[in-house]
Amino acid sequence: MDAQEVVSAAPKIRVRGLGKVFGEPPAEVRALDNVSLDVLQNEFVTLVGASGCGKSTLLRIIGGLEYHTSGELLADGKPVSGPGADRAMVFQHYSLYPWLRVLGNIKFSRRLGVNRRHITSADVEVAEGRADALLRLMGLSACHNAYPNQLSGGMQQRVAIARALMNRPAILLMDEPFGALDAQTREVMHDLILHVFRLERSTIVFVTHDVEEAIYLGQRVVLMAPRPGRIDTIYQVPFGAERNQDLKHTPEFLRMKNEILGRIRQTSGMETDTEMLQQLSRTTQD
Amino acid sequence: MNSAAHRPGIWSIRGPISQRRYWILAAIGLITPILAWWLVASTGWVEKVFMPSPGAVWDRTLLWATEDNLLQDTGISVYRVTMGWLLSAVIAMPLGMLIGTFRPVQAVLEPLTDFIRYMPAVAFIPLVMLWIGIDEGSKIAIIFIGTFFQMVLMVAEDVRRVPMQQIEAAQTMGATRAEILQLVLLPSAKPALVDTMRITMGWAWTYLVVAELVAANSGLGYAILKAQRFLQTDKIFAGIILIGLIGLLTDQMFRFLHRKAFPWMHKKS
Ligand SMILES: Nc1ncnc2c1ncn2[C@@H]1O[C@H](COP(=O)(O)OP(=O)(O)OP(=O)(O)O)[C@@H](O)[C@H]1O
Ligand SMILES: [Mg+2]
Repeated sequence: MDAQEVVSAAPKIRVRGLGKVFGEPPAEVRALDNVSLDVLQNEFVTLVGASGCGKSTLLRIIGGLEYHTSGELLADGKPVSGPGADRAMVFQHYSLYPWLRVLGNIKFSRRLGVNRRHITSADVEVAEGRADALLRLMGLSACHNAYPNQLSGGMQQRVAIARALMNRPAILLMDEPFGALDAQTREVMHDLILHVFRLERSTIVFVTHDVEEAIYLGQRVVLMAPRPGRIDTIYQVPFGAERNQDLKHTPEFLRMKNEILGRIRQTSGMETDTEMLQQLSRTTQD
Repeated sequence: MNSAAHRPGIWSIRGPISQRRYWILAAIGLITPILAWWLVASTGWVEKVFMPSPGAVWDRTLLWATEDNLLQDTGISVYRVTMGWLLSAVIAMPLGMLIGTFRPVQAVLEPLTDFIRYMPAVAFIPLVMLWIGIDEGSKIAIIFIGTFFQMVLMVAEDVRRVPMQQIEAAQTMGATRAEILQLVLLPSAKPALVDTMRITMGWAWTYLVVAELVAANSGLGYAILKAQRFLQTDKIFAGIILIGLIGLLTDQMFRFLHRKAFPWMHKKS
């Protein structure tokens, strides 16, 4: 076994018995409890689960934007103690810099000290080339000179993704990045992000409330359950790297989708809700 | 096809209005009071001492400009207002940014500032005279006291309004705290800061007359106060209108600057 193999076998992200408590007693909220998850190098993992089950919290902890209150978290074998350029985050919205044009947004990270130490003119050229390539990859060439508020929501998210990718982060964290987009735009974005994933060989953790999206994109779907937030089931997605929209209509896909949806319903305590609805309809009939 | 027929009227809530209509209405809004004033003054319902005619005010202004020192009065007042306001801005900007960014600074300074800003600036006059004396510094100090504490809180609020996602995106790109201040918080808050500067400039002007109560012997505020002593109502009118015009002018300058400096805010699709 050579060294290369050992490195790639070690998980990119290691979460062990991780817990998160928000606030101080007596107003504590236990957002995560004993969460363990390994994300491998060049793996695409999606997180789904009922609202409030701690998906965002887990992602933000991995990103270093939130700290955990118990357990262990390693990225590339090193304990995470804050945000860093190795773990870029894409948000649902409001994260673009409205005063910068599209290209300025994409190249924002070039202005930061982490990327300016010991740079040569060759590095600058490479970066210019990469910014250009990202513009083309994301279909943004025509509007590289526009301001974010002149773009549609879908275009804005393309800019946000390109900006996050600019620096070649080892890990890409995405929190419902397409949550505010319409169904058609979303489908386009799905194929785009899969293309990026294959091209960039990055490691992606992707939070969504859309199960179809989770299966279509992920190699593994991690289902979380609420109160307290924990991992319920991890589904291995049996589809290969090459996927297209037709996949969504195959029986295998639909079966998996229904299974996960059913499980989310069980874990979220939706049953009690149906009971309540029946009660409601009974009282209104009287 | 007949979409014009369904265009919402000007009285619909936040409805549209054409440029032309806007300016016609604005002109009516400005001219009506002047007309009413002229009417009241020319009919002689009200004694001249209480309400001079627009013509008399105009004549007095010309006289003030030619025989007296209108230019010096205006100059010194503009100087005082600008200096007091500038001094406020120079200190309030960094301080407000720190309050809006770091919670410990907020904890130490915000409640204190909140407390001081409710103290009437006018009541500080005796203290200012005692501490600073009666020279230019004291007038600038009054204007400073009147604007600074509000300004700090407004700057802090402007900085706090920067979306957290903008900050966090920078953090996950590896930005340091200093870089976030310089490359995210400041540029993101800048349009709001310019607006804050514009609004506080207006307040600085309102404190001018108060400031010139302090043993001044020049300035627009001082001229107004002196005119009252001599029952020169027309000069009082002239002074007040002049201050209004200067205020309007600076306000428009700030708005112009806003449009020039932040095209991304004004350029929609
Ligand atoms: N800053 C905070 N302070 C206190 N409680 C918080 C905070 N952030 C999240 N929580 C709580 O932690 C729990 C998990 O929240 P989180 O946002 O991670 O859920 P989520 O799975 O992302 O939900 P959604 O699908 O609605 O986005 C919720 O009960 C939430 O109220
Ligand atoms: Mg969430």
